[in-house]
Amino acid sequence: MIATAPLLEVNDLCVDYVTEKGAVRAVDRVSLSVAPGEFLGIVGESGCGKSTLLYAIARLLGPPAEIASGSIRFRGDDMVTMGEDDLRHIRWQNYSLVMQSAMNALNPVMTIGAQLSDAILAHQRLPQRAVLARSEEVMRLVGIDPVHLKSFPHQLSGGMRQRSMIAMALVFTPELVIMDEPTSALDVVAQRSLMLQIKELQRKIGFAAIFVTHDMSLVSHFSDRLAVMYAGQVMEIGPTHTVFGEPRHPYSLGLLSSFPSIKGERLPLQGIPGTPPDLAHPPSGCRFHPRCPKVMSHCRTIEPRFHEREGVQVRCHLYADGD
Amino acid sequence: MVTAEPIIETTGLTRHFRIGGPLSRRFLHAVDDVDLMILPNEIVALVGESGSGKSTVARLLARTYKPTRGDIVYHGRSLSAMTSRKQRLGYAARVPMVFQDPYGSLSPVYRVSHGVMRALKLHRPELTASDREQEAERILKSVGLQPPREFLNKYPHQLSGGQRQRIGFAQALACRPELILADEPVSMLDVSVRIGVLNLMADLRRNEGISFLYITHDIASARYVADRIIVMYAGRIAESGPVEDVLANPKHPYTQLLLSAVPDPRAPISLPATSDVAEPPRVIDPGEGCRFRYRCPYAIERCSQETPLLRPLRPAHEAACHVAT
Repeated sequence: MIATAPLLEVNDLCVDYVTEKGAVRAVDRVSLSVAPGEFLGIVGESGCGKSTLLYAIARLLGPPAEIASGSIRFRGDDMVTMGEDDLRHIRWQNYSLVMQSAMNALNPVMTIGAQLSDAILAHQRLPQRAVLARSEEVMRLVGIDPVHLKSFPHQLSGGMRQRSMIAMALVFTPELVIMDEPTSALDVVAQRSLMLQIKELQRKIGFAAIFVTHDMSLVSHFSDRLAVMYAGQVMEIGPTHTVFGEPRHPYSLGLLSSFPSIKGERLPLQGIPGTPPDLAHPPSGCRFHPRCPKVMSHCRTIEPRFHEREGVQVRCHLYADGD
Repeated sequence: MVTAEPIIETTGLTRHFRIGGPLSRRFLHAVDDVDLMILPNEIVALVGESGSGKSTVARLLARTYKPTRGDIVYHGRSLSAMTSRKQRLGYAARVPMVFQDPYGSLSPVYRVSHGVMRALKLHRPELTASDREQEAERILKSVGLQPPREFLNKYPHQLSGGQRQRIGFAQALACRPELILADEPVSMLDVSVRIGVLNLMADLRRNEGISFLYITHDIASARYVADRIIVMYAGRIAESGPVEDVLANPKHPYTQLLLSAVPDPRAPISLPATSDVAEPPRVIDPGEGCRFRYRCPYAIERCSQETPLLRPLRPAHEAACHVAT
């Protein structure tokens, strides 16, 4: 589908949380790829492994989580076996991360400028003047007046804090920016303006983005491709407009119809009955079968594999015919 | 439509918080001059961004805060006149609250039955022990927790977020309420189980005739359950009216902005008409004038001199804006 070599390629990645009662597999055989400049959205409910997947890709997992198997190739290098020294060279310069809660991710007793220069100096030796110039440049880039370099995080609004987190992630113009629900703490108006800004920056700078969210409607207008995760697995992955236009996996369909609309007729919605499974004891067969409205007998015993429909990969037995 | 006697009516409801030390003269105007009423068998959505004062309104109605000014009238009687323990308890039973965070609002050391039984004992002393048990089971059934006996014996950690929130509603139901103040009851829940809780509110209204004040920042879910909507901005009501009419004909520029920002997966991709500065409103000693004027594309001189009052623009639909017609 994409002519250029992928920037990031994840193959059969498994991440375990090692507990006293045994390993809990939070990410189960996830494969995905991101092309240069592409915007990949990952949606799923809490506990579906989406954040764990991100941290695994960024190689930021700490015990008790560990990568159990699979590979992550970033710019052709294997990230899983890469040592800390090599990681330090590419981390932040080639890929960066925007965390969910800016209030907790920013240091409350340091000014934004000091935190930016910390990030810069950790990776590059630059004279103070160049650090300041770069800091001002990235602040302008995200639409914050550089006077706020002297501000402390509590003096900024929630939207500005998230923007300065994004500014920090862009100081080295990385090829990949990994974003973990950067808008979830904002109200809708600030959320939309931040999303537009991210998209605009992406167009200007050309970085690829992985954007994780629980709000499927949020990424609908912004991502090129979309992966829907459930219980540690990717259930459906494909071009965003195809996945939205015709969600094939019953879970994607259920998730999409869990959002009431502000336009059109007021229809009664059902959501998805039941609750997401406990990953320590995942259901047999298809992991979605206890909540699936279209469940068949073999869904309970046989785990479905991926089937392809119009460029969309669907992990569901409903599409077993014809390939 | 406005023939029934309202359950609750507020006039000029205002709450300010002092910022800084006890000698400080700076006040945060959380809620200013809010007039609202809730009729029997009605779901009213109170919508606004974080910091708009919507939760403060709920807490004022629940009597956890005292109003700085203004009055709350419950069935024709002012709340400030209801001072005896019996009256306060009676009010708390008829107008209970359901909280946002189902993980923080249930005590982890007690079984589910504790909260429900306690409410029954405290607010309905006429019931015998066996009546209470039957009533608790009936309530759990009505919030969709089956089998009820099993759920009553569980601890909160054995329940999912959606189930916990249903327990929150069960505790409120145990006092036989007229009006439930639901403060963002679904915002902490998983997307796929939110609709279930919204449907529960609609069912309780239909089957038991309970009114709701549904506080939310999600205008789409407000439309899904509510009859009327009240949009708050910076402590004041910006617009109120029948939900379909407000969404189809938003009059206040803030409502218009809010509606344009709601992501709708079924809508075609639309690029924004305006780039909003998203500057947070000034609520510390705001002074006269419309509080939205800094962000408003239509602001005129009058907006910075005179605070706009709510005025009717369509049937049962009012907006506080000098410019709107």
